[in-house]
Amino acid sequence: MSAAGIAKVGLLHSLIRKDEKMLLDAFKRANVAPVMIDDRKLIFDFESVPEVDVILERSINHSRALHALRLFESAGVRCINSFDVARVCGDKMLTTAALAEHDVPQPASRVAFTEDSAIEAIEQLGYPVVLKPAVGSWGRLLSKVNDRDAAESILEHKTVLGSYHHSIFYIQDYVEKAGRDIRSFVIGDDCIAAIYRTSEHWITNTARGAIASRCEVTPEIADISLRAAKACGGGVVAVDLFESSSGYLVNEVNYTMEFKNSVDTTGVDIPGKIVSYAIEEARR
Amino acid sequence: MVILMASCPVCDADIEIAADTVVGELMSCSDCGCELEVLELDPVKLAEAPETEEDWGE
Repeated sequence: MSAAGIAKVGLLHSLIRKDEKMLLDAFKRANVAPVMIDDRKLIFDFESVPEVDVILERSINHSRALHALRLFESAGVRCINSFDVARVCGDKMLTTAALAEHDVPQPASRVAFTEDSAIEAIEQLGYPVVLKPAVGSWGRLLSKVNDRDAAESILEHKTVLGSYHHSIFYIQDYVEKAGRDIRSFVIGDDCIAAIYRTSEHWITNTARGAIASRCEVTPEIADISLRAAKACGGGVVAVDLFESSSGYLVNEVNYTMEFKNSVDTTGVDIPGKIVSYAIEEARR
Repeated sequence: MVILMASCPVCDADIEIAADTVVGELMSCSDCGCELEVLELDPVKLAEAPETEEDWGE
């Protein structure tokens, strides 16, 4: 906190996308000027302490965000989200483990380390399954595997062509979701909004063309969203939910959530609420 | 609103830069559609935005 008692919020960023621009507008409305920290210009010396009370992380690269958060926390700065939240949410295997440890419903999944064990794991679940990179986003490099021929081919391609982390096979049961999933937005102890993401394609990321529409935050959606957020460490997260025949299932938890398509859709000032939360945290 | 002018580094088309533009901001050239990043504001300097990397996203 500065001598005048004004909370100083650092905004860790790289490119300023529409989401970050909306956050900057929200800071302006709150009469708070964030300290802009471009991750492309950062140099950590393991000694200096940044002159901010809180870091609001908005890096576009997961690897930079993860390392920067660890080093900011090492320097004594609280981060939104914390390194631990980024670590867990940034790796689907760690997310699955955290959700399982907290008994949060999720699709059945398997992790295997070789092609042979991955085939066995896939056939334990039964076709179709979804192969996902443990670290990845925007629905990229997801494979819906419908039969053994496809499984063998995709596993071989991942082994031969992929970088080393593609040889950790994360396999998820394919959930029939009637052309849509739900994204809910959690800030602290509140589930503030939700959208449906509808697509004719089985991948329903808005980054892949899915259409956002308003979804009422029912007590059930709020409950599972808050449980998922808490399992992953809390903070500011977006929770992706499937509507299955056995109830809601948590697909993913995102720690640098994108909301540009969701503000007009929901009527909720998501960037304003994120900024208010960051300012409150900085004053704490 | 004050509007600055710049040239697209790809197709040389004129591009209007709004007064509230910030360094690092992404924008598109309306002529060639190229995605651009604002590198500097005084004077305005634009460059092609970086290509998407494997770990980009939420």
